[in-house]
Order: sequence, then structure tokens, then C-alpha cells
Amino acid sequence: MLDFVTDPAFLVYTGIILVVFFGLQTGAAVMVYAERKVAAFMQQRLGPYLVGPRGLLQPLADIVKLVFKEELRPKASDALLFTAAPVISVAAAYVAFAPVPFGPASTFFGLLDEPMPLIVADVNVAVLVIFAVASMGVYGIVLAGWASNSKYSLLGGLRSSAQMISYELAYGMSLAAVILLANTLSLREVVDAQDGYWFGVIPRWYIFLQPVAFFVFACAGVAETNRAPFDFPEAEQELVAGYHTEYSSMRFAMFFLAEYINMITVSAVAVNLFLGGWHGPFLPPEYGWIWFLAKLGVLLFIYLWLRWTLPRFRYDQLMAFGWKVLLPVATVNLLLTAAGVLYFGV
Amino acid sequence: MGSDQLLFYAFGAVALAGSVLVIGQRNPVYSVLAIIVSFFGLSGLYVLLEAPFVAVVQIIIYAGAIMVLFLFVVMLLNVPREDAAEWDRTHPLYRSGPMRAGAVLAVLLIGQLVWALSRTPGMAGGVADQPATASSVADVGRVLFTDYMFAFEVTSILIIAAMVGAVVLARKHDES
Amino acid sequence: MIPLSYYLVLSGLLFTIGTAGVFLRKNLITMLLSVEIMLNAVNLAFVAFGRTFGTVDGQILTFFVMTVAAAEAAVGLALVIGLFRHRESLNPDAFTSLRW
Repeated sequence: MLDFVTDPAFLVYTGIILVVFFGLQTGAAVMVYAERKVAAFMQQRLGPYLVGPRGLLQPLADIVKLVFKEELRPKASDALLFTAAPVISVAAAYVAFAPVPFGPASTFFGLLDEPMPLIVADVNVAVLVIFAVASMGVYGIVLAGWASNSKYSLLGGLRSSAQMISYELAYGMSLAAVILLANTLSLREVVDAQDGYWFGVIPRWYIFLQPVAFFVFACAGVAETNRAPFDFPEAEQELVAGYHTEYSSMRFAMFFLAEYINMITVSAVAVNLFLGGWHGPFLPPEYGWIWFLAKLGVLLFIYLWLRWTLPRFRYDQLMAFGWKVLLPVATVNLLLTAAGVLYFGV
Repeated sequence: MGSDQLLFYAFGAVALAGSVLVIGQRNPVYSVLAIIVSFFGLSGLYVLLEAPFVAVVQIIIYAGAIMVLFLFVVMLLNVPREDAAEWDRTHPLYRSGPMRAGAVLAVLLIGQLVWALSRTPGMAGGVADQPATASSVADVGRVLFTDYMFAFEVTSILIIAAMVGAVVLARKHDES
Repeated sequence: MIPLSYYLVLSGLLFTIGTAGVFLRKNLITMLLSVEIMLNAVNLAFVAFGRTFGTVDGQILTFFVMTVAAAEAAVGLALVIGLFRHRESLNPDAFTSLRW
């Protein structure tokens, strides 16, 4: 009964799950280093350079520091929820990456009989699942704010979650326009629909067909992950540190990890929906994941670029932008796309 | 026991346990979290019933939006935890005779309902006997926008009315 | 192979738990949550019946029930906020007099 354990497909699938799990953590660590270096170079200074060659071991040092810090918990806080909130954040962040494909179906050089897609969970409603898990991520923040039993945390938590649920609407509307074009909810098929070139030169990416949707998705994605310029609820100068004021050591590290993994997930979904996923020139199709990682790197660099260049939105400006600008623009874009699909029969 | 049955019992147990915890908690925040756990169990049951759209929409709308609304209201109102003395006073089994009899009769009624449902003819057939003719999102959408178009439009008016009503009702009134 | 009656029994149990919550709890928020449990029980029954007859109508009815539940939760919570602001209590027994 247990001979499925030696089945190569099972082993490869377990390998994919482990690659995704450790890849996300490593990606978060790389982002920690990249953020500090990019910020430094944009501010005409050097950034970390002491720990390891060119400061490459800095994330390791950060992790060691966080592990050894004292684990504090305010006496008046709610013990169960105070510990559960970062766990919910991190769990939602990891699960959100599960339906995201990062490479074409491959047989791994003939090891498998039939090609296996490089996804953890190949569901046919992948887009909706990602949206649903993103809604769950709100709970980590709002519970952290409430369980800390302090004014700054509660305000920061409520503001942050209000921001996240407001921008989820624009996020969903911009996704819906792309889904109309691709005629499927599965991310793998959306990427497959972007194969090929127009006139042999321009790749068939949806960013060329839906630039407005890409802009709305980018703004909503940055706001969903609470990154600058939409990071009012966790800005140090405004609210001490918002919902993670009272957190230290590993629980704080989990919030940090959740934020970076959310960034990676939003960028990965953007790459799959708008930038053609793993399709790219010069490389044979099995190595598409290299193109995926390259595009992902470009989008993550843009995330860092935005943070260290733009000033922060004030909270009411932020909410007004989400409700009064992004949502109508995304809705009109959806209507026009629907009309275009009907008329042109794409 | 087939895997389907095992999953049904697992998800059903989660849904029931979550619901019982909702009505048995003194802290309203814990009640909201318990109901979210119950919704996840129900979502699993919908997947077993080959309704992926309803399963995901349950999480997005119910667990992800309506319960966030509940949580916001609970946190903004700073709802206090019900104290134990009040709780013991209102528990049905500690009240007077008729209340206790009523509680016992309620349990008997539930037992009868379960017994009757399990013995109704025509319901012993498996849920999955008929092949699933249409359960993908595209098919749900097609039927929704053709046969149920009127209900869809009326629902949108209902939502606007609810939005306006909620904003008006929750507004702070000037004391002048 | 799960008989339809299993789903209906589960739906019935959830409904009774919701009803018990509405009758027994003295907290407006928990009463609203119990109403949501009842609505979910009904959703489960709809989807189970829809699957038994092989149609999609069960899922569509569920969609409408969820929408109505959302609208009702929003308005109900707005009412709760208004009531709490006036009486500083969420116990329905505190609102027994008709004078505001």
C-alpha cells in the first residue's frame, strides 16, 4: 500500500513542494539583503559590507540576531491570539504561493513518464484561490493589532486591514479583465495563452493588451502588501510601528517573512498574468523557470525602487485613491475589455 | 471507509465543532474566529460536492469579507467579554424547571429530525450518483447570467440599498 | 459514495446550533453570528440538493443567499453600532423599553 512513496512522480512532487517552501524563505532572505543594498545605492551610501563578502551574509546575521532576541509578550495581551496572529500571516503567505506556477510542465529529463507542471497545487480556479488566501492574510494583521492590547497596535492593525480589503476590490477587477482575455481561471493556462509572438518580434504578453489593468494591479498589489508608498499603517514615523509594535524576536521575524513572501507572490502572479510567465527567447522551453525568475527579479526590484523613491501617502489620500480612482478605472477597463472581446472575438 | 467518507466526516466535524464553539464562547472575538474555522470546514464540504466556485466564494465573501466586518465592529466597539456570573445565570440548564424541560425536549427534537432525515426514501441515493453535468465556473456563470439574470440585477440593487442603509445607520449624529 | 441524507443531517444540525445560539445567547453580535450559521446550513443543503439532481441551480441559489447574508450582516452591524452608542450594552435585554 505504501509503494507510492517510491513512485518517481511522488518524489518529484515532494521535491517541487520543498523547492517552493525553501525557495520562498531564501527569496525573503535575498530580499532583505537586496532591500538594504538597493536603498543604500539609491541614497549614495554603501549599505551592509562587513558581514561576508560584499555583505552577502547580512541576512544570516539578521536571522541569528532575531533568533537570539528576547521573546517579549505584553502582560495584558491576549496570549492565544498574540501568538496565533503571526502564524496566520505566515501560513496565508505560504499558501498563497501554492497555486502559482513557476515553470512549464517538464519531464525532468525523462525521469517521469508524463510531464508534471511546476506548481504545488494545480487547481483550475487558481486565481480565485489566490484571492481567497489574500483575504485570509488580513486576519493576521487585524488580530495582531487587537491582541497586542495597545493603542498604536490597534489603530495600525485596523487601518492596515481596512486598506487591504479596500484594495482587494481593485485587485480583483483588474484580474477579471485579464481572465476575460484568457478565458480561463487557471494561471497555468493564462500563461500558456501568452505564448508566441506578434509579427515575430513582440511577445504576446497581456501587458500590451491591458496596460491599464497592469497599472491598477501594480498599485493594488503594492497596497495589499503594505509596502511604500502605501505603508502608512506600519510607518515608523507615524504610528511607532503599527500592528507589530509589541512584537519582538521570532514573531516579528514571522511578520517580516510574511510581508516579503506576499511581495514575492504578488510579483509572481503579475509575471504570470501580464508578463508571459516563463516564456522567453533563446532558452529551450524546459528552462522557462529561469525567465520566470528573471522577470520576478525585475518586478521585485521595482518594488524596492518604489519604496525608496516615493514619499508615503497619507491615510485618507490612500483610501481615496483606492476607492475613488483605482476601483472606477478598473471597472471601466473591465467593461471596455468585455466589449472588445465581444466585438473582436478574441 | 473510502476517502470521500473520511473527508466528509473530517470537514463535517470541523464545521460542527466551529459552530458549537461560536455559541459557547464568552469572548466575541473568539466566536468570530470559531465561525471562520467552521466556514473552512464548509468550504471543504463544497469541494467534496464538486462545487469549487461556491467553495472559493465562501472563503472570499463569508470568511474574508463579512467576518472581517464583524471583527471590525467587535474591535471598534471594544465589546467586553461576558462575565461568568451573568453567563451562569442565563445558561438554560441552570434556569428554572420549564427551561430545563425545554432544553431536553429540544435535544429530543433534534434526534427525531436526524432520524427522520435518515429514513426518508429517495435520500439514500448517493449524492454523486448523477454525473456532474455542469459544475465549472464557466457553466455557473452561463446559467447565472441567462436564467437568473433578473435575480442578479435585483441583488445588485439590494446591495446598494444595504450599503446606503449601513452608512446612514452607523453615522454619528450631531447633538445640536 | 455519500448519501444525500448525510448532508441534510449535517445541515440540520448546523441549523439547530444556529437557532440555539439565537435563543440562548444574550449578546447581539453572537446572535448575528448564529444567524450566519443558519444561513450557511441552508447553503449546504442547497448545494447538496443541486448536486443530487445534477444541476447548477443549487450553487446559484447559494450565491444569492451569500449576497443577501452580506447585505443583512452589514445593516445588522450598523444597527448594533447605533444601539451600542446609545446604551453602551450589547445585551438585548437592555433594549426592552420603547423610549429611545
